[in-house]
Amino acid sequence: MPVTTSGSRSILICSGKGGVGKTTLTANLGIALARQGMRTAVLDADFGLRNLDLLLGLENRIVYTAQEVLSGNCRLDQALVKHKLEPNLALLPAGNPRMLEWLKPEDMQTIVGMLRESFDIVLIDCPAGIEDGFKNAAGAAEEAIVITTPEVSAVRDADRVIGLLNTRGIKPIQLVLNRVRPKMMANQEMLAVDDVTDILALPLLGLVLEDEQVIVSTNRGEPLTLNGSGSPAAQAYNNIARRVCGEDVPLIDPAKVRRGLRAKLGRLMQTKIF
Amino acid sequence: MTLRDFINKLLGRQPASATTAKQRLQLVLAHDRSDLNPELLEQMRREILEVVSRYVEIDIEEGDVSLETEDRVTALVANLPIRRTKPLPQQESKPDGDVPGEADPVWTASQA
Repeated sequence: MPVTTSGSRSILICSGKGGVGKTTLTANLGIALARQGMRTAVLDADFGLRNLDLLLGLENRIVYTAQEVLSGNCRLDQALVKHKLEPNLALLPAGNPRMLEWLKPEDMQTIVGMLRESFDIVLIDCPAGIEDGFKNAAGAAEEAIVITTPEVSAVRDADRVIGLLNTRGIKPIQLVLNRVRPKMMANQEMLAVDDVTDILALPLLGLVLEDEQVIVSTNRGEPLTLNGSGSPAAQAYNNIARRVCGEDVPLIDPAKVRRGLRAKLGRLMQTKIF
Repeated sequence: MTLRDFINKLLGRQPASATTAKQRLQLVLAHDRSDLNPELLEQMRREILEVVSRYVEIDIEEGDVSLETEDRVTALVANLPIRRTKPLPQQESKPDGDVPGEADPVWTASQA
């Protein structure tokens, strides 16, 4: 479990594989942390394919980006986009994809350093892959949250990323398992939670159940954690935020989500006999 | 092995796909983490078998040298069933009708 320090924290949100839920986690966790009173900045470090603005519903309010801040064409506070409904949250938008040609790890460190002066937590939404974009983002973070789904390709890519984070001395590194389908897990047609945590050898920060409401909320540009939704994914994101702040919140057990005789039989069939 | 795996095995069915997924992942990650390419591993396997077969007669067909991984630590695991131990090379000249080890193809190959 992370220890809340008096200083500001910078947390990288990464996965290796694309499309497993990095940006959705960044948006929802950012809002949830802000609602808990943490001054939170979310930094879109995916300059090639930026989307964090869209998931937060802030795409029409961008004037300046990280690019203008770095080149000295505007002040940091001019580029930051404050969320209207959640003033504790601000987005620093990603710059132009052409920035990738000259951006260096030191530039990301500069940006994150500036953000940490006025925010309690800086969440860095990392691009997919393990190339320069990842290295630039990872160089500016002290902690990391690795998000994966219970699929072989996502777990394999997460493993590569964890190896790279370990060599950089980033810690703690914690795991979020996304798109969990309790029924498939009960039928052993999906990697079990323990399988994934055993393989990746990371502490579990949260489990997010597959939830259609995530799609609805991204359609609207209103993260689930914003409107007090009680949907399974919203609960999971809120719990993750509380754990990030050092609170001890028990994890849900996917096997207990389902009730009835079939669920009981499923649990019996998962008994390890040897 | 879970109860479901056991029942599947009894009925001659395929194992549950999660079990297959875990096994495949463990294998591929062992290789990813060690950064050993398959040719190098194969060369190492041949050399290990050669050294071991100098001392004991092993079942080459059953012999297996592979990478396994647990808790992010990768181990080289050799599983080499021993048929029988061999006489030491200097004892070889002693007349001993009971030891057919000399005739074994593996043994002669490593001696050559």
